Amino acid sequence: MSTLSVKPTSFWQSLSKFDWIYAVLLLAGGIFSYQRYAGFMDIYEVSFLFGAVALFSYLGWRWSAIARLVLGVAVLSLIGVYSYHGDLANGGQRFLLKFLLASQSAVMWMNVLFVLAMLTYWLALFQKSAFTAKVASALTWAATLFGFVGLMVRWYESYLIAPDVGHIPISNLYEVFILFCLITSLLYLHYEKLFNTRQLGGFVLVVINAAVGFILWYTFDRHANEIQPLVPALQSYWMKIHVPANFIGYGAFSLAAMVAGAYLLAKHGVLASRLPAPHVLDDLMYKAIAVGFAFFTIATILGAMWAAEAWGGYWSWDPKETWALIVWLNYAAWLHLRLMKGLRGTVLAWWALVGLLVTTFAFLGVNMFLSGLHSYGTL
Amino acid sequence: MKAPISLSQRVYELLSSMRFAVSLLTLLGVASIIGTVLKQNEPYTNYIVKFGQFWFELFEMLGLLDVYHAAWFLLILLFLVVSTTLCVIRNAPLMVKEWQVYKEHATEKSLRLFGHQVSLATTQPAAALQTQLSDFLSTERYTFKTRQQDNGDVLIAAKLGTHQRLGYIFTHVAIVVICFGGLLDGNLPFKVQELLGWKKIETRDISSRKVPAESRLGVDNLSFRANMTLPEGERDNVAFVRVRDGYLVQDLPFTVALKDFRIEHYATGMPKSFESDIVITDPELAKPIEATIRVNHPYTYKGIAIYQSDFQDGGSELKFKLWDLAASNQDGFDVDGVVSQKGSLGDGAQKMTVEFNEFRQFNILNLSADGKGKPHNVGPNTTLKLRNASGQAREYMSYMQPLQLDGRSYFVSGMRETVQDEFKYLRIPADDALEINGFMHLRQTLRNEQAIRDIASQVAKQMPGDNAPLKAQFEQSLQHLLVTFKQGGYSELSRIIESAVPKDQREQAAQTYLKLLNRAALQGYQMSRAQRQLPPAPETQETAMFIQDSLNAMNDLFFYGTPYYFQLKNYTLKQASGFQLTRSPGQNWVYFGSVMLVLGIFAMFYIKERRLWLLIKPAQQEVLLAMSSNRKNMDLDQDFARVQQQLTALLQATA
Repeated sequence: MSTLSVKPTSFWQSLSKFDWIYAVLLLAGGIFSYQRYAGFMDIYEVSFLFGAVALFSYLGWRWSAIARLVLGVAVLSLIGVYSYHGDLANGGQRFLLKFLLASQSAVMWMNVLFVLAMLTYWLALFQKSAFTAKVASALTWAATLFGFVGLMVRWYESYLIAPDVGHIPISNLYEVFILFCLITSLLYLHYEKLFNTRQLGGFVLVVINAAVGFILWYTFDRHANEIQPLVPALQSYWMKIHVPANFIGYGAFSLAAMVAGAYLLAKHGVLASRLPAPHVLDDLMYKAIAVGFAFFTIATILGAMWAAEAWGGYWSWDPKETWALIVWLNYAAWLHLRLMKGLRGTVLAWWALVGLLVTTFAFLGVNMFLSGLHSYGTL
Repeated sequence: MKAPISLSQRVYELLSSMRFAVSLLTLLGVASIIGTVLKQNEPYTNYIVKFGQFWFELFEMLGLLDVYHAAWFLLILLFLVVSTTLCVIRNAPLMVKEWQVYKEHATEKSLRLFGHQVSLATTQPAAALQTQLSDFLSTERYTFKTRQQDNGDVLIAAKLGTHQRLGYIFTHVAIVVICFGGLLDGNLPFKVQELLGWKKIETRDISSRKVPAESRLGVDNLSFRANMTLPEGERDNVAFVRVRDGYLVQDLPFTVALKDFRIEHYATGMPKSFESDIVITDPELAKPIEATIRVNHPYTYKGIAIYQSDFQDGGSELKFKLWDLAASNQDGFDVDGVVSQKGSLGDGAQKMTVEFNEFRQFNILNLSADGKGKPHNVGPNTTLKLRNASGQAREYMSYMQPLQLDGRSYFVSGMRETVQDEFKYLRIPADDALEINGFMHLRQTLRNEQAIRDIASQVAKQMPGDNAPLKAQFEQSLQHLLVTFKQGGYSELSRIIESAVPKDQREQAAQTYLKLLNRAALQGYQMSRAQRQLPPAPETQETAMFIQDSLNAMNDLFFYGTPYYFQLKNYTLKQASGFQLTRSPGQNWVYFGSVMLVLGIFAMFYIKERRLWLLIKPAQQEVLLAMSSNRKNMDLDQDFARVQQQLTALLQATA
């Protein structure tokens, strides 16, 4: 019967041979890690390991570019790890590590590629060139690849310093800034595909490059790239889920703010002919804030659960918690007005843009202004 | 004419309106900011010092010192709960209806007014069409109802993803549940009892046994967050809840003893773990429970979770060498102290109290000049307060071992007059044996009148040439220089220069004076070493730096504010572990609410609600397709386009 022609194939049927190979490789990696390191992991970390296998299989199935990214990160990271031969000193000696794969070098490549990607996106916008825009996308993917390789290798390097120093590299401002760049970039690339437009890259890459600027300043002025051991409060499996969830939130909110900026420009006639239609921007902004809100909620809840275990209470009104609540309330109000009142347009765009300030303060300002700094500077 | 709306109806409308809810969210956000800007729950004296009495009283009255427990803040929360509850009550019936119904009574006229509707031509008989369209809807995962209309038309009303509507109910009920859980864990019962005068906070510094019943919370207290500090080897069965400028005593249904407290360190000296070995005894227990708690790994007994929260000194024994800065020729003498105890020095009007406040075994400092070096452990320090007879106190913080600063070693001691001030640091150079004695003896020599005369005469003798009157004059002025420095340091010197030397020559005079002072001090140093049977110091750059640093330190001692220098020589560490004890019956409510919240949010964002109508009109050989969604997003346009395309293909293929 011809009606079969419109029948959608089931999800499992839609998987290709590549999809299956990819998933099997991930599972094999998971099992290998489990066999080798199970003794160092608690039950939660084991569940995260296999949870990650499932999650990245699914993401790779739904979006094949992710599968290629994961495989690329895996291959380069393994080469990096292997090149160390168990000795940290090799990082400054071996050519491959020193110039490409040591965490510091890989992060620098990420920085450079993000800057180039932004310039290329802007060039594409002014040239109205689809080819240039494709190049910009490729650069963004490459930056993301190197960023993840940097983090993975850094993870290994931390164990080379001393086994008790080793930890996942999402524990301080330097590391989470890299994470922020990567997550924001992936979210952007996702929307680039979903909305089939490369015109917003220049805008979103602005916020990513602001973070890149911070990373560079932090590296060269403060030497923050050095791996520090974890303070006791951070030694917990919660960090592995709380921090990434939070940065999906921050990344999505930042992306929404950048799109809001594009929307406002377009509404004022600036670049209007080169940008997607306002209702597309509006829709993208909403989708980003929805993702951000969902993950920010999860992150805050996970944070509360962690706090209950580390500080003796799920909510202590400490500045970070309070500002997380303020950010949450801010976007809750935004979503109420959009979803319930059907509000659209300029007001919400301005709000999303200002929301970035609130989010930035919660992310950075609290650490800078509201926490105790070194009191030994006067010595 | 409209029916008059009653007041209660209007209040209900307002409270359950979204305008009100969003205003509350905003208000809550702004109120929360206050608490992050103004430090909360500090000791009251800190506020008075920082803001003054007037502002302190105003802040206290407005509840700004503990915003999150202030009555007005709880009131905002209460309104939020009420508003959310009313929102749910008001909208839930509608949501449930939307969740269930198919809207199969939609009229053709209304369908044709839809934004997303299109007429599709077909030649199929109605029955076959109906089967085909039903199959299509099923494969698209729609559920549907079919209704035969009077005029022979058939309406298929389909819906998809109406579970989204449950998201609304889930999220909003979740907020109420979370707030309820938070309320259970709040201190509302105490607040009420305090208001009724049944309970009051204790502000006196007395033994916990002596705290009266009105300031105690019983073992049956439903929820609390209390603190307990146990020195090693001690036990207790009460904890303290800090409230404003006082506290409450929380009786515990068991006794906790601290066997051992350990801090492990990384190779860099940073703390790696804090662990306490505790023993819980309870008459109900056959044998005591032994447990080890550390950060992130609490231990729960009888619904009370015990957390490692901090640590402090539990009464370490300190051994000092006390240098009497007024004495002229002596070594320091030995003084013992115990952390958090007091001692006294001198008698009569000179009498001083020493409060040994703190001892820290590890201090991780970054001492590099540009702040870019690696922090490392510089060893123990101790903080003590010297209080004079009139009650004025200065606080001193001194490191036991010399610190490496700019490549040289110094005994560092900080002084401040109030806790708000930063410490001002005195740097005493360590001698070649890395001891403080070299400096102390040099200083004693430079303050001794006979020694000053000897120094002056020896330095003058070493002058080249043999002009006796000139040498005598030189000796005279050198003596004068040393006496001046002894009396008032550099500032006294510059005062003399200003009064005796014309303006344009002052700079040069000062340089000459300093050079002479250094030369004389070096002579004094050699003399003091000879006195102690030490070989003379070599005349190197190093010795010159030591002399210069010593003179600087002597000068700074004029501002040190006490005639004593406490040099920490040895210690016996005794630590105390700080625990937090929590009973939190609301926690599971909060977690349950949180899970609901997340489910609700995902339902609201990621379940797309679609309603689709297919009106089969056999007479007109037409199928009317209409589609709607409660969210007017771009996806609807795309979905409609896709369905339209598929149905067109379907109808043409079978035609």
